[in-house]
Amino acid sequence: MRFRLTDDQRALRDGAREALARRFDGRALRAAVEEADGGGADAVGAGRAAGPPRLDRRLWRALGDLGFFALRVPEADGGIGLGLAEAVLVFEEAGRALLPGPLVATHLAAGVVPGAATGETVVAAVDGGLVEWLAEADAVRGDATGAVPLRSLDPLTPLHRVPAARPAPDPVAILLTAAEQLGTAGRVCELAAQHARAREQFGRPVGAFQAVAHLCAGILVRAETARAAVYAAAVTADPADIAAARILADDAAVRGARDCLQVHGGMGFTWESEVHLHLKRAWVRTQRAGGVTESEELLAAALTPETA
Amino acid sequence: MDLSCTPEEEEFRARLREWLARTLPALPPRPSPDDWPGRRTYDLGWQRRLYEAGYAGVHWDATPSVRLIFLEETERAGAPYVGANFVGLLHAGPTIAAEGTDAQRARWLPPILRGEEVWCQGFSEPEAGSDLAALRTRAWRDGDDYVVTGSKIWTSHAEVADWCELLVRTGPAAPKHRGITWLALPMDAPGITVRPLRTLAGPAEFAEVFLDEVRVPVVNRVGDENDGWRVTMVTLSFERGTAFAGEVVACRRVLAELAVEARKNGRWDDPALRRRLGRLNAEFRALWRLTQWNVSAAEASGGVPGAGGSVFKLRYSHARQELYDAAAEVLGPDCLDLDRPWTPDRLSALAYTIAAGTSQVQHSIIAERILGLPKGR
Ligand SMILES: Cc1cc2nc3c(=O)[nH]c(=O)nc-3n(C[C@H](O)[C@H](O)[C@H](O)COP(=O)(O)OP(=O)(O)OC[C@H]3O[C@@H](n4cnc5c(N)ncnc54)[C@H](O)[C@@H]3O)c2cc1C
Repeated sequence: MRFRLTDDQRALRDGAREALARRFDGRALRAAVEEADGGGADAVGAGRAAGPPRLDRRLWRALGDLGFFALRVPEADGGIGLGLAEAVLVFEEAGRALLPGPLVATHLAAGVVPGAATGETVVAAVDGGLVEWLAEADAVRGDATGAVPLRSLDPLTPLHRVPAARPAPDPVAILLTAAEQLGTAGRVCELAAQHARAREQFGRPVGAFQAVAHLCAGILVRAETARAAVYAAAVTADPADIAAARILADDAAVRGARDCLQVHGGMGFTWESEVHLHLKRAWVRTQRAGGVTESEELLAAALTPETA
Repeated sequence: MDLSCTPEEEEFRARLREWLARTLPALPPRPSPDDWPGRRTYDLGWQRRLYEAGYAGVHWDATPSVRLIFLEETERAGAPYVGANFVGLLHAGPTIAAEGTDAQRARWLPPILRGEEVWCQGFSEPEAGSDLAALRTRAWRDGDDYVVTGSKIWTSHAEVADWCELLVRTGPAAPKHRGITWLALPMDAPGITVRPLRTLAGPAEFAEVFLDEVRVPVVNRVGDENDGWRVTMVTLSFERGTAFAGEVVACRRVLAELAVEARKNGRWDDPALRRRLGRLNAEFRALWRLTQWNVSAAEASGGVPGAGGSVFKLRYSHARQELYDAAAEVLGPDCLDLDRPWTPDRLSALAYTIAAGTSQVQHSIIAERILGLPKGR
């Protein structure tokens, strides 16, 4: 048992992190949010202006060039031929960077929908009662008849509601979503610790106060437990492992982002801080692929006398 | 990332599994928790069997992966817990192996492995719990002996122990972390009084130990004089790093038993309860993965468990309490019946967030050592 990243996996993760930092850094994130928001602070007086966010096609094709979508497509079919573990590492990085777009849907469509693997085609998917990025998509998987836009709480994820029946969620979609949640959990842990080291009150860094230090430690504990669960599920691809990974990762992302916001104080409640974007995206992801209730029921059903 | 075992590891697992299936049915019945001499005999007897079958040194000699397989298989088979051998096998032993002299290793390790001698841990004192380095029990040199006076508290298994890993203050003028020394105290030395303390779970698990001018030979010192804090940190990394790993497997077994019970008594029809058990299943699966992750990291870095042990210990101790709270929900009014095994277990689970460093202390360790936050007070 060597349950740790191989050198190749480490290199892949670092490479993905660098590539994303080059093409979608904090400033690009901020610009995307401002564009979607219709001019940021200026829009406050003007009421909520602006339409839904646009997908950056150049970025999408760049992701295609990086192999983001074709990662698990066999080499014989022109893909990269890597496995679930590698996909999880890359999606974790996407989660860290708050990369916008129907990433999971397009990744799953690679090799099935022409152009998806290269980032030429943007693919959205009906998932539960929702579709992300419907208006920007070139292709939609699932029945989106009767889709109605809703005013999405995440400025970078436009959403439609759909009345269609709910097919059983795809375990790989659940796992990749969990990987994105893990990325958020790790990122908010860093943000919280950075802020706690830098921000001073009562003459010392707020991280010297136990109440704050323990919030930060709690974020780390949830993130690291989720990491073990997500990585293990990527290795085994077992449905119960995947369900466990999603429960732990949802919790680590949502509670981590909340506690990170708390550590930031008033600054955390502003539009300018990055923290609310993490929390909102984490909330969006909790609604994907069936939601946590189904995962809990699956794991309850897996408790049988044979496992006793 | 790989969760599979090497052929050698699989072979070890298969051999152990076969041995357990053969050996466990022949074990004598377990003594009652109040019967200390009976417990000592039982726990040492189990250790002896492990020794004779060649499994006794697994805690020290084997790779972390093999150690994990050992814990997994013994727990899965429902083998006896280390019990009174806990301190000897899981921290005094590894500490002496890492920090002792050849003579000390030869004197103390074989009897631990053969199931002949029981150790206890004399760290905590009435005025030094979380702030362990504030300990006051004094020791001064008198010829070839240290003379020790003071008192220890919460000393588990002190009633039946032969030896105690004892922390004493030898440098009263030094800064508090610098004046501490690690001694092996023979529990039958004149001047020692053991007063059992009853726990909330009923039986006396631990005791107060009073030391009145007890003479301990200088050759019983592990590490240098006044260097005991560093030696202690080695001990604690073992305590938090791997000591609880096998219990996760046991908790998973209990959880599955809860589902069986709930199906039998009709509680399973309650979706809220099902979801709660499903969530606990996720929790204990994740904790087992975290164990494998930490063990793989330890293997890569040369064997000593790192600060990841605190992450595990903190999360596990709370999960264990939640498990038995869920058991109470499954049992309904029967959860108040001490004859239902889950009831005493629910009581003893209350110790986990306190013993081996409280949850608050673990949070601080994680904040300072992993996240690099400034030291608080
Ligand atoms: C079942 C059991 C078995 C044990 N066995 C042994 C044994 O064999 N040998 C041995 O030496 N010891 C043993 N212990 C002792 C154990 O290690 C201590 O109880 C533990 O370290 C806590 O110390 P304390 O009880 O003095 O609590 P205190 O340190 O007095 O703590 C009281 C409360 O204050 C909190 N607190 C204290 N300091 C801080 C801080 N700096 N920041 C935030 N919160 C703080 C604690 O978290 C706790 O909530 C055992 C304990 C139990 C419960």
